[in-house]
Amino acid sequence: MTLQPERHVLVVFPHPDDEAFSSAGTIRLYRNMGVPVTYACLTLGEMGRNLGNPPFATRESLPEIRRKELIAACEAMGIEDLRMMGLRDKTVEFEDDEKMVKLVTDLIDEINPSLIITFYPGFAVHPDHEATGRAVVEAVRRIPKESRPRIYAVGFANNTMTKLGVPPIVHDVSSVRKDKEAALRAHNSQTAWMMQETQHRSEEETTKLDSWFNVESYYLYTFED
Amino acid sequence: MKEVNISELQGLLNSFANKDVFIHLETTNGSYASHYDEKFFNAGAFIRNAKIRYELGKVVGESPHRVGLKMEHGWVYAQGITHFTLDEQGRLLMAGLDYSGKLAVALEISETPFTY
Repeated sequence: MTLQPERHVLVVFPHPDDEAFSSAGTIRLYRNMGVPVTYACLTLGEMGRNLGNPPFATRESLPEIRRKELIAACEAMGIEDLRMMGLRDKTVEFEDDEKMVKLVTDLIDEINPSLIITFYPGFAVHPDHEATGRAVVEAVRRIPKESRPRIYAVGFANNTMTKLGVPPIVHDVSSVRKDKEAALRAHNSQTAWMMQETQHRSEEETTKLDSWFNVESYYLYTFED
Repeated sequence: MKEVNISELQGLLNSFANKDVFIHLETTNGSYASHYDEKFFNAGAFIRNAKIRYELGKVVGESPHRVGLKMEHGWVYAQGITHFTLDEQGRLLMAGLDYSGKLAVALEISETPFTY
């Protein structure tokens, strides 16, 4: 489907690379249309497990590596407004709930987005993803119905299709596949395993990677009131 | 970080004994373990910048090693330590990296608090 023009897109994810896996192509397409995109990245992925063996990083040096990767990925996606929100990886769900809602509300008040891209609470697997999606949904729910931004929500839990059905918003991002690959490659500490050229990739893996590179899907989060 | 050399690591553990130190202790299977295998029971623990003082620190065994710290009133230990380094800020960073290079356990000791 063709992307509609947006006033401003706000992307809210907890970890550097969440945006690249789920939305790099969509973001690049919006930027190519001239739509402003703000990315609020809540943590620096400090708890990333991949340090290599032999190691290329330590638990203490990883955040700075991922900060640089995030900046490089944003360049690949054309994001000019990157906000690093200073929370710590794997602790987002333990922050005060109201503080989290306020963090999102403040961003919405400042940016006035017409669309927010985040995780779908209940279908986002990682506790930080869940907490991020919950905060965004609650912040938007508190806005009067007529002025709420739309929420494109990413769900990938194993039961997502069973519970929510096929995602209604499907973006063909094959025209910017190179940019998506560049964004993923920028997150090298996280993606080297999948970006390296290999002869030994199974058909299943190849299909999965192809779909990551070419298609981005979202659910439209809807409110009852 | 390099692979554990017992005598070198033991010397570093000795150098932090009987001082007030901050520790980072972490065990993890990753947040996706139960996503990839729904029968996997995912558990882990994390503590950062707890201030302790140990009287005896020991690294034991073949790799993956165990490292234990005996305190006046209790113990800290980590199992599965494979790598260590004394970083540029003088902090002793120990980690257990699995066969694919993923961190499974970390134990770190510093005289100053770790960053947030």
